[in-house]
Amino acid sequence: MPVADTWMEPVERTPGCSKPDPILVADGVRRTFGGLTAVDVGHVEVQRGSITALIGPNGAGKTTFFNLLTGFDEPDEGTWTFDGASVAGIPAHKVARRGMVRTFQLTKSLARLSVLENMKLGATAQRGEGFFAALARPLWSAQEKDVTERADELLVRFKLDHMRGEFAGELSGGQRKLLEMARALMVQPQMVMLDEPMAGVNPALTQSLLEHVKALRDDGMTVLFVEHDMDVVHDISDWVVVMAEGKIIAEGTADDISTNSLVIDAYLGSHHDAPLTEAEVQAQLAEAEAAIAIEEGRADDV
Amino acid sequence: MDWRLIFDTALTQGFGPQAIVVALAAIGLNVQFGYAGLLNFGQVAFLAVGAYSIAMGVDTFGLNFWLCVFLALLSAVVLALLLGFPTLRLRTDYLAIVTIAAGEIIRLVLRAGSYRGTTGGAAGIQNFADDFFEINPFPRGSNGIGFVDYSSSDLWVMTVGWGLVAASCLMIFLLIRSPWGRVVKAIREDEDAVRSLGKNVYLYKMQALILGGVIGAVGGMIFAIDRQSIVPDSLGTQRTFFAYTALILGGSGRVGGPVVGAIVFTFLTAFTDTTLRELVENNILDKIPLLPSDLLVANEVGIAVQILVGLGLMALMIFRPQGIFGDKREVAISARR
Repeated sequence: MPVADTWMEPVERTPGCSKPDPILVADGVRRTFGGLTAVDVGHVEVQRGSITALIGPNGAGKTTFFNLLTGFDEPDEGTWTFDGASVAGIPAHKVARRGMVRTFQLTKSLARLSVLENMKLGATAQRGEGFFAALARPLWSAQEKDVTERADELLVRFKLDHMRGEFAGELSGGQRKLLEMARALMVQPQMVMLDEPMAGVNPALTQSLLEHVKALRDDGMTVLFVEHDMDVVHDISDWVVVMAEGKIIAEGTADDISTNSLVIDAYLGSHHDAPLTEAEVQAQLAEAEAAIAIEEGRADDV
Repeated sequence: MDWRLIFDTALTQGFGPQAIVVALAAIGLNVQFGYAGLLNFGQVAFLAVGAYSIAMGVDTFGLNFWLCVFLALLSAVVLALLLGFPTLRLRTDYLAIVTIAAGEIIRLVLRAGSYRGTTGGAAGIQNFADDFFEINPFPRGSNGIGFVDYSSSDLWVMTVGWGLVAASCLMIFLLIRSPWGRVVKAIREDEDAVRSLGKNVYLYKMQALILGGVIGAVGGMIFAIDRQSIVPDSLGTQRTFFAYTALILGGSGRVGGPVVGAIVFTFLTAFTDTTLRELVENNILDKIPLLPSDLLVANEVGIAVQILVGLGLMALMIFRPQGIFGDKREVAISARR
């Protein structure tokens, strides 16, 4: 295995800690929706060539943070750099061209395009995508052949080659996730951002998806992914970043995180294991009695 | 009942200049709606720009006819830029609102009395296409094709018109099979996915809007040239929806769909219209027992045609939602989402 295995050891286990070779560095990123602060990230770095998991309870701001980093949403303030250059405030398609490609929580397969067309769309700098060049096939037919070959190779790798000519809308949920990931690779990115890659996937496919994510790292790509399932996170991530209420509250390896009391509190509520006080018990009793009284009142009416 | 007259009229109309206008408007909508998923509800605005660029250019400003043709295409590009600039970054519904309003604004400005000197007001402008008919190679008088008769000027308009239809279809065929077409179709499916793959979605939507608008403007030019007359009230909102009807009837997202749809739609409308008129004139309805004697009178035929054609289209949508050329699997997929 490459260096990926050992870089974590000297890194501090604190939110916003610095990494030896970060590919993505974000500073002071804030996004508010009216009075709600959805994202308020002070500082975070993502190690190059690692698989980093972004976890947190529902509403922690993980997807919003993803949207900001990839140009799908605009922050109130904040800066971030990708591979040394600032990408803050750059439109989404240019972020993708810089080599940071994302997938979506709700899979966006292009239903009425064939699986192969879905793949070919991912290739960048296609001459035939220009309006006037498109009219003259000789200008782009050679490139189209290369793109098709590359698409076919990836389809074989993701075991979708038998669906090559089908509409993407006819794939199963898990196959769509695979297609979306394979399509992102057509962009030849340095970094892949996966928003809940396992959501809604048949458990039988989960293992194969995990293997594909690991393979991305082995090919030298950086992976940042949002996930709920701690087993999945444990299995594949080198590093885990935990968000709650828009902030980063913990960082570390999966083992560090699973014993971190702040993280447990964030998921289960800070007093989940504290005994109830006398006043709380009384309040709950009164509530229950009131509910019973209402029920009985209704029964009397009948 | 004169069946020969009924079929003559329907065929003459179905392949005549009016079918060409519907076809070109629908081809434009096919680029915008069928391929790129843009809801342009104001295609008639592009027709108006095409028609009035020629009419006003020649009649009001005394410009050369062929220069006006060029200006008409340029104006369509400008109109598309104006409509697309504020709306194409937003969801597709906003384009629908802006275009439907633009169509009405243009018609109302054209018929406004205060601009009568420039636009001709509600009476419109007549006799501006002499340069076009001067180079008509067909001999004067009536020319028969099979058992259908066309005047020599109609034949000339049809030759040029169907030529333009064929050229537009060829261009769209070439575009759609290319990587450009792939991006545009992908935008129809999900523009965020396309954005995430590094494509400038806004640019492609603008190109599709411009291309569809320019083809619509060509339809508008044929509309004005054919009659050598243009009045603003012939450019009502319904003209946009006739074009949509033709598009969906033929099969949206198919190169030949709007053309066949336009022919069938125009044929059926003319067929129903002539049949009903024949029925009324020969008092045939009165002879059928149980039917009320005042079921249909001559001045209600126009409305009855729209009702019957509308019913026919509803039946089509129920039994063949993909249109004549559409792919049933595609429609099933889009319904599932």
